[in-house]
Amino acid sequence: MSGLPLGRNRVITLEKRGGFSRGVALLVPVFSIVCAVIGGGLFLLAAGYDPVEIYLTMLSGVFGSAYGLSETVVKTIPLLLCGLAVSVAFRMQLWNIGAEGQLYMGAVAASWVALFHGEGSPVVVIALMLLAGAAAGALWGLIPAIPRALFKVNETITTLMLNYVAILFSDYLVYGPWKDPKGMNFPLSAVFPDSAILPHFGDTRIHLGLVFGLIAAVLLYIVLWHTKWGYEVRVIGESPVAARYAGMNIARNILLVMALSGGLAGIAGMAEVSGITQRLQPNLSSGYGYTAIIVAWLGRLNPFAIIGVSFLMAGLLVGGYNMQMSGLPAAIVSILQGAILFFILGGDILTKYRIRIKNTRGIEVAE
Amino acid sequence: MTTTLVKMVSITKRFPGVTANSGINFELRPGEIHALLGENGAGKSTLMNILTGLYMPDEGEIYIRGARVKLTSPRDAIEAGIGMVHQHFRLVQTFSVAENVIMGSGDQGFFLNMQEVEDKLARFSGEYGINVMPGSKIWQLSVGEQQRVEIVKMLYRGTDIMILDEPTAVLTPQESRELFATLRRMADMGKGIIVISHKIQEVLENADRITVLRDGRYVDTFSGKDTDSRKLTMAMVDRDISYGQNISSKPKDDFILCLKGLTVLGDRGQKALKSLDLNLRKGEILGIAGVAGNGQKELAEVIAGLREEAAGEIEVRGERFTGRSARRMIDAGISLIPEDRLGTGLVGSLNILENSILKKYRSGDISTGWFISWKRVREYAHRLVEKFDVKTTGVEAPVRLLSGGNLQKLLLAREISNDPDVIVAVYPVRGLDVGAIEFVRNTLLRQRENGKGIILISEELEELFMLSDRVAVMHEGEIMGILDREEIDLERVGRMMAGEREEGSHERTAVR
Repeated sequence: MSGLPLGRNRVITLEKRGGFSRGVALLVPVFSIVCAVIGGGLFLLAAGYDPVEIYLTMLSGVFGSAYGLSETVVKTIPLLLCGLAVSVAFRMQLWNIGAEGQLYMGAVAASWVALFHGEGSPVVVIALMLLAGAAAGALWGLIPAIPRALFKVNETITTLMLNYVAILFSDYLVYGPWKDPKGMNFPLSAVFPDSAILPHFGDTRIHLGLVFGLIAAVLLYIVLWHTKWGYEVRVIGESPVAARYAGMNIARNILLVMALSGGLAGIAGMAEVSGITQRLQPNLSSGYGYTAIIVAWLGRLNPFAIIGVSFLMAGLLVGGYNMQMSGLPAAIVSILQGAILFFILGGDILTKYRIRIKNTRGIEVAE
Repeated sequence: MTTTLVKMVSITKRFPGVTANSGINFELRPGEIHALLGENGAGKSTLMNILTGLYMPDEGEIYIRGARVKLTSPRDAIEAGIGMVHQHFRLVQTFSVAENVIMGSGDQGFFLNMQEVEDKLARFSGEYGINVMPGSKIWQLSVGEQQRVEIVKMLYRGTDIMILDEPTAVLTPQESRELFATLRRMADMGKGIIVISHKIQEVLENADRITVLRDGRYVDTFSGKDTDSRKLTMAMVDRDISYGQNISSKPKDDFILCLKGLTVLGDRGQKALKSLDLNLRKGEILGIAGVAGNGQKELAEVIAGLREEAAGEIEVRGERFTGRSARRMIDAGISLIPEDRLGTGLVGSLNILENSILKKYRSGDISTGWFISWKRVREYAHRLVEKFDVKTTGVEAPVRLLSGGNLQKLLLAREISNDPDVIVAVYPVRGLDVGAIEFVRNTLLRQRENGKGIILISEELEELFMLSDRVAVMHEGEIMGILDREEIDLERVGRMMAGEREEGSHERTAVR
């Protein structure tokens, strides 16, 4: 009997739940957020801060001002695109940890268009940047997909490793050949021409990338649930044996899905350079490609749920900055963010499993 | 010294819905190799899992060296000197042999004294002739060598009641001979050895005594010297077999599927099919008899395009179809009813709608361009469910919630509605209740009447004799002989199942 031993002849085990009602499914995340807030609050108290005040700072920072809200939306964009990217791959049990690198490659390719072919009609330039970003991300996703499809090389490691290659390649460009001669030796590329900058909503920093993300979510839903290809992807994800039996080409689908995944992350990179930084620079992404993994899981790989989750996650990031500005040490902010995630993920597990205490002979003692 | 090492008296073990062991007696003496013989599902593994403390019997008593014991956990069994080599080895691939051997033995302190372990391993190789390199990593070893590590592991723990579950299933004939030589030496040193097997020939050659189980019941214990393969076959399979003969139409003469000199490699690279010839006619049920694991799975897979041919040809309707993908075989009208319904045949987490189009989603009836029309899928799935009387709470429920019989009905419904020319059914009634079995058999007979060619792989001879126009018997990847319906005879089939070839009853290739 596996499980955590608990005294003599007792173990704690996790057991898969059958179905549960819709109400419970909705209640659990709410309950976990409440737990997270209380847990985090106790921690803040112990560290000598007033939790109520801190939470208020956080909330007002995110929702209390137009600026805060717009910042949250700005951060939602890359999280949404990367979350969708990661979710397609995960759906086929391809553990693409490389969204970060795919984002950078997308940013690099889009920057190349902007810097060297950026003059002209904005529509054409932006469309080219979008294509280049998606293509570069797709290529970066394909590189680990090929050995995976042909020789079953573990993609978790290869995608992760390629992140470093992509980030360092982008750094090389801005420290070297693409460095702005007029930039006083800062590691920044030249600013993009106006025609290569995504339009913004009003005078906020929210850019057209939001529309890309929302369209991508809708398209992804349609592809997965209403096309033959999406059907293949779902069958392969649930049971590769059955897919093979049904005559589906698994290797081909691995390549296609990883290309799609990388392409979506590449678009996130394009949107970041074209909408936010408006030049290529180091530290483009604050780990969006990694946070996207959590986003995809919490959204249960559902494109529409991922929209909501990426907004919440963006709020958590922005709230964190606000707390730092009000004097809370960065480490405490990170701990608080971690605690909140911990509770949400914990609650997620409890909706799928129940905890049972069993004695070692397999007879149930208590729930 | 007591005369028995193990005595199990009227052991009964029930699982929900089945009685896996019912009043079984078993006895092991020191110095003997005792074979436990029976078909799949006869209850051999359950009995041994009880002896190794994995299951608790519902009724019955166990005596070890004359003393009554209660084995409540594997640890109790290990302490009682009982050890088992499972079919799937329990070794850590990246650890060395010596590290694997000491694992779980609990006699080492905080620091490991590897020298001591290696000395002990060297002594075993002297005493029993088992050579293992203590420093090698498990992943570097062949399957036979890994098995030796498992045996050494038992010796190291001082086991004197050794159980080996189908030990030769993974071995070459030479390795098997070596294994039994080793086992014999260990028996000569006073250990008791139990070998679980379904191979009659191997058991006859190597065992001192043979206990036969059938359908969870104890049949008899034979002395290895005084029995023969015929007697053992009769004990293993059911005696009263009815030869149902109510089929009117004759198979047509034209071949629909021909296998010519087909050689196929199994999962471990061994030859699972050896230059096999087999022809299937329209309107024929060709039964494949044989003890499970003699190439039946590979036969079904190669026909369905799920396994590559190493040599030989496949012809469908006279056209060469060698080396085609699963998809091409589906399109060519070949349907496989796989052994595991849930997992291969159906996807448990998807609903009935999604499962009903597993092979049809590409066709124009269901999709337009890139898109699947769920409206048409819904109509189609409802038709399947109605026509085949699948009991379900709704077409949107995940299929894993269906019972075994309803799963098989849904699977058959889907396969048959694709109107295939050839149906390969692998153990199609395994685990089903009587009603569902009836339904499956009638469905197959109806398809035969409709002129389909059906290959029926089954482990129930009764079923094969009842439904088949011809029965081919497989043994170690070869056809031992093919009997026409009129010639079917339990004894002849039994002899062939045990590996005796019948000349003259083979496939007369295409010269009918």
